[in-house]
Amino acid sequence: MLSARDLKITFNPGTPIETRALRGLSLDIPAGQFVTVIGSNGAGKSTFLNAVSGDLPVDSGRIEIDGADMTRQAVWARAAKVARVFQDPMAGTCEDLTIEENMALAQMRGARRGYGRAVKASMRDGFRERLATLGLGLENRLSDRIGLLSGGQRQAVSLLMAALQPSRILLLDEHTAALDPRTADFVLQLTARIVAENRLTTMMVTHSMRQALDVGDRTVMLHQGQVVLDVSGDERKGMDVPDLLAMFERVRGEKLSDDALLLG
Amino acid sequence: MSLFSLLGALEIGLIFSLVALGVFISFRLLRFPDLTVDGSFPLGGAVCATLIASGTDPFLATIAATFAGAAAGLVTGWLNVKLRIMDLLASILMMIALYSVNLRVMGKPNVPLITEPTVFTILQPGWLSDYVARPLILVVIVIVAKLLLDWFFATQTGLAMRATGSNGRMARAQGVHTGRMIMGGMALSNALVGLAGALFAQTQGGSDISMGIGTIVIGLAAVIVGESILPSRKLVLATLAVIIGAIVYRFFIALALNSDFIGLKAQDLNLVTAVLVTIALVIPMLKRRVFGKK
Repeated sequence: MLSARDLKITFNPGTPIETRALRGLSLDIPAGQFVTVIGSNGAGKSTFLNAVSGDLPVDSGRIEIDGADMTRQAVWARAAKVARVFQDPMAGTCEDLTIEENMALAQMRGARRGYGRAVKASMRDGFRERLATLGLGLENRLSDRIGLLSGGQRQAVSLLMAALQPSRILLLDEHTAALDPRTADFVLQLTARIVAENRLTTMMVTHSMRQALDVGDRTVMLHQGQVVLDVSGDERKGMDVPDLLAMFERVRGEKLSDDALLLG
Repeated sequence: MSLFSLLGALEIGLIFSLVALGVFISFRLLRFPDLTVDGSFPLGGAVCATLIASGTDPFLATIAATFAGAAAGLVTGWLNVKLRIMDLLASILMMIALYSVNLRVMGKPNVPLITEPTVFTILQPGWLSDYVARPLILVVIVIVAKLLLDWFFATQTGLAMRATGSNGRMARAQGVHTGRMIMGGMALSNALVGLAGALFAQTQGGSDISMGIGTIVIGLAAVIVGESILPSRKLVLATLAVIIGAIVYRFFIALALNSDFIGLKAQDLNLVTAVLVTIALVIPMLKRRVFGKK
């Protein structure tokens, strides 16, 4: 499980372009839950995700994964517990390496790497089996460079790679945003299936309210670096995009009036 | 070209294939433009020649030179990773620093090895003349180095190192300590260059402070020539291509310098190198223009 307490991140502090990206954000994700995170541009979605992954150091606050304090850990040190799929399909895989080499790299995520052979014959069957579930014919292309695949194919392989090794939390960073609608839909279905099959604790950042309601068990909305909306269970089941939009507007309106009061 | 100059070209080509393998690791695998090479090559020569001249066993001296090269690469990596100095600049700083270090190591601008034993005089069988024996010994050394590299880059750690160069962010997300990989890779790269420097000093009758000038260009030329002759993404073939490139490059140089009708002399070496590298860089573009876009 993930526990984020009062996270604060300010970009360019003390300058005219100072941005308070996270303003005391707190969120708990219990084990096995699939949370979707939405919010407008600049709400702090990606900043929050990067803080959890370790890419961005937090100014203050505390990040715990499974009860262990991760706040000051580097990205590579968190990798045993955190799996990640990036927004850019090119970012999650090494284009110079083959499909099997990429998968072998992910198979060892967070483990000590020694001097054994990276790609063993015994691994290949497992890789083939998993790739076959994609239905893209990639199981016959293990030794092809992954740079030869399309963005959607690479994103699908990235998802498989993220699930090769158990993780405490899977971070999905708008991972369908760079894909065409059909491919995005395919990758989203795949996400739901992989998360369900492996019972992964998941946090998915998305720009699409539709997506946010379609998959997962809980939806969180960020605004100005804080959680402003948190729906799950029956309340969420009956929700549609207009409902969410209405709530979003209301929260935003209230926030604005709050600011107006403060400034006035 | 006489058999004598042919074997001479092969000998130097083989030595520089070790440099080329080192350059391949830094420039291609780690994508770290590393000019340390211009300092670590003469460092290897200086350490080896000085130790042999003071009576150390040539094998031990060669191993010490290899470690000296590794240490130089490690410092360059450290400057980049820990002090966050830009890669190219870190290597230039190291290259400059090594010039002084090399003078300090030798205590003078050059250390001759004329009568002293070398790994070549020890390994050379009595019935073979030295200009045949030296390339043979070097072939064995280069093949062993190539196979060791092929093995290493197929291991879990080796794969992590390649991933670091290819996509550092992804490597970190997979738990790879990329800083350590860069430092280790730079050490490995410059260890090969230090070894080459040590072997060069032992075949050329000593070490000289100026023997490192242009090493990086020759190494890079070898990598580029090799890649144009045998283009392959497979690592086992890529390392082979680099070795072939170093030897072919050296033959071209020997050919150019030995052909009286061209009128080139030894002092034209660097100009010839620059022209050859330019041609090798332009060939892929010309190919595309002639055969259409691939």
